[in-house]
Amino acid sequence: MTTESTPRTLYEKIWDAHVVRQRDDGTALLYIDRHLVHEVTSPQAFDGLRAAARTVRRPDLTLAVADHNIQTTARVDAAGQRLPVEDPQSAQQLTALVKNTAEFGIELIDDLAPEQGIVHVIGPEQGFTLPGATVVCGDSHTASHGALGALGFGIGTSEVEHVLATQTLLLKRSRSLEVRVDGALGPGTTPKDVALAIVATLGAGGGAGYVAEYTGSVFREMSIEGRLTVCNMSIEAGARAGLVAPDETTFAFLQGKPRAPKGADWDRAVAYWRTLRTDPGTRYDKSIAIDAATIAPLVTWGTSPDDVVPVTGIVPDPAELPDPARRAAAEKALAYMGLAPGTRMRDVAVDRIFIGSCTNSRIEDLRAAAAIARGRRVAANVKQALVVPGSGLVKRQAEAEGLDRIFIEAGFEWREPGCSMCLAMNPDKVPAGERCASTSNRNFVGRQGPGSRTHLLSPAMAAAAAVTGRLTDVREIA
Amino acid sequence: MQPIGIIEGRAYPLGRPNIDTDIIIPAHWLKTVTREGLGKGAFETIRAEPGNVLEDERYKGAPILIAGANYGCGSSREHAAWAMADLGIRAVIAPSFSDIHAGNAFKNGILTVVLPQEQVDRLLEVAQDHPITIDLEHQTVTTPFQDRFGFEIDPFRKHCLLNGLDEIGITLAEEDAIAAHEARMAAETPWVPGAAAA
Repeated sequence: MTTESTPRTLYEKIWDAHVVRQRDDGTALLYIDRHLVHEVTSPQAFDGLRAAARTVRRPDLTLAVADHNIQTTARVDAAGQRLPVEDPQSAQQLTALVKNTAEFGIELIDDLAPEQGIVHVIGPEQGFTLPGATVVCGDSHTASHGALGALGFGIGTSEVEHVLATQTLLLKRSRSLEVRVDGALGPGTTPKDVALAIVATLGAGGGAGYVAEYTGSVFREMSIEGRLTVCNMSIEAGARAGLVAPDETTFAFLQGKPRAPKGADWDRAVAYWRTLRTDPGTRYDKSIAIDAATIAPLVTWGTSPDDVVPVTGIVPDPAELPDPARRAAAEKALAYMGLAPGTRMRDVAVDRIFIGSCTNSRIEDLRAAAAIARGRRVAANVKQALVVPGSGLVKRQAEAEGLDRIFIEAGFEWREPGCSMCLAMNPDKVPAGERCASTSNRNFVGRQGPGSRTHLLSPAMAAAAAVTGRLTDVREIA
Repeated sequence: MQPIGIIEGRAYPLGRPNIDTDIIIPAHWLKTVTREGLGKGAFETIRAEPGNVLEDERYKGAPILIAGANYGCGSSREHAAWAMADLGIRAVIAPSFSDIHAGNAFKNGILTVVLPQEQVDRLLEVAQDHPITIDLEHQTVTTPFQDRFGFEIDPFRKHCLLNGLDEIGITLAEEDAIAAHEARMAAETPWVPGAAAA
């Protein structure tokens, strides 16, 4: 814990506390406190270790779980026996994770354990993610962990190998970006809408080279679940990490979590965590401000997460874009999405609904969706409506609250935890040409399956689209 | 890693903004447990488009790709860099890159060159029918028509690329500094170690 007189941002404080060695060429060797490992981006890293006869430096700072490939249908039969994974390649990756973690002495949360879930859901839920810690994972949505005041960022597989071998990374410090949202959110407007509004304001590449810090009354009043949603989508604006300074909400969330500090350690930790805030008078390299009152329930219309309009809006006309490259990209996007300029978003019928992903699969998300689904039915034109809890513990909590019954009675499918329909790596996919109202984070070409068409929105809006069969302003039925 | 000095040859004039890593390598190719053979799936959806530059005979085997802003955005999948390397791409020129993808490219010996949009536009025009030369040592991109564009690169990355260095090897030489940090961590933030049952 260094103490310096010059005012520093929260990001700089966490960075400084983890510099193992500053190099003359401007890079720093940064210590990594927490490493989450999953099945897709780790096999080649473990192979690299084996090839160089290297070991894992700190297995006690490393936690593994399978989430991307794993099927969300039943994992055991009626007799409680483990069911096989049907896709042989997925099975191979899942088996590799079991074998690699055993060989290198890393704790693996079993596929059948109630703690299993999406890496970015279980990190905070287990108290593995802590304020002021550096958290990495071979997954770009590691930005999520900034919700607890941790510096979380996604890394590639070579970096996974580097962290396994050395517990450090060679990095250059990013610039600081303040994203301030003050005011009161309107009815039906959720953290997901805040996240989409930020991405639309910054642009899909506007945060590249920066670490964002979310400030302002909206984040102070936001739950940890909501902050996780916003920090999660930092990467959709190009920012590798996003942070919210830890506060009483953070400490209340973490206290008693299985891996959070206990007793005297807890008191000492909280005292330190209280120092983790940007000093008054510190200048960020860049600042933007958004008035919360201007944020409406939002949906995406195109194939980039900054292609955002209010649900009450229309599909934009590419001809009105002055930049030829952007115009060409928008025309391609609309052709892919099968949408004509000027179409009311509320007239767009949907084929599938996906409520889940590391962005929106926590208990509050499920409560918000269930509040809309309660007493209603999934529309006849909707072929499939999935609800996929982010972890086994979220699933249990939801079942204890009766949310599963609400969803099932409304015609939704209630699934086992995993990444599911976010990324087309497991059996949950959107078929070519079909349109999905999705609470996930990316509307890229082919993201939910080859030829799939994605509209990103909040859990309540996804549930509203499920019961009407088209994109719907949640304020009209709430 | 193969050292990089001069990269010379044809360049795919792709030129689109926001090429995400799902475009570079779709998720169904990510179920592999090795780094090899991903070139087959590289840019699959673009290659399915009629008249696309990736399937154009003129650019076959080109070592350079020229793209629009925010190249490599989205997923952190290093498979994107492996797929590009397998396709034979050794350098990408664009107005901007995603941080994660630029790092992944670097770790696989692929040079990412940032140039202003107007210079990228000029290179896209030249690349239609002519080769392009990238000189890492002198940090220049040149064409057969006297164009000469300088670019910036992180000195550490330049050093590693020029010499084909293994980063883990470099870091392991810092053992004393890492151990010292760990001792400090155990004393000052004793709640950090031991969160997983190792």
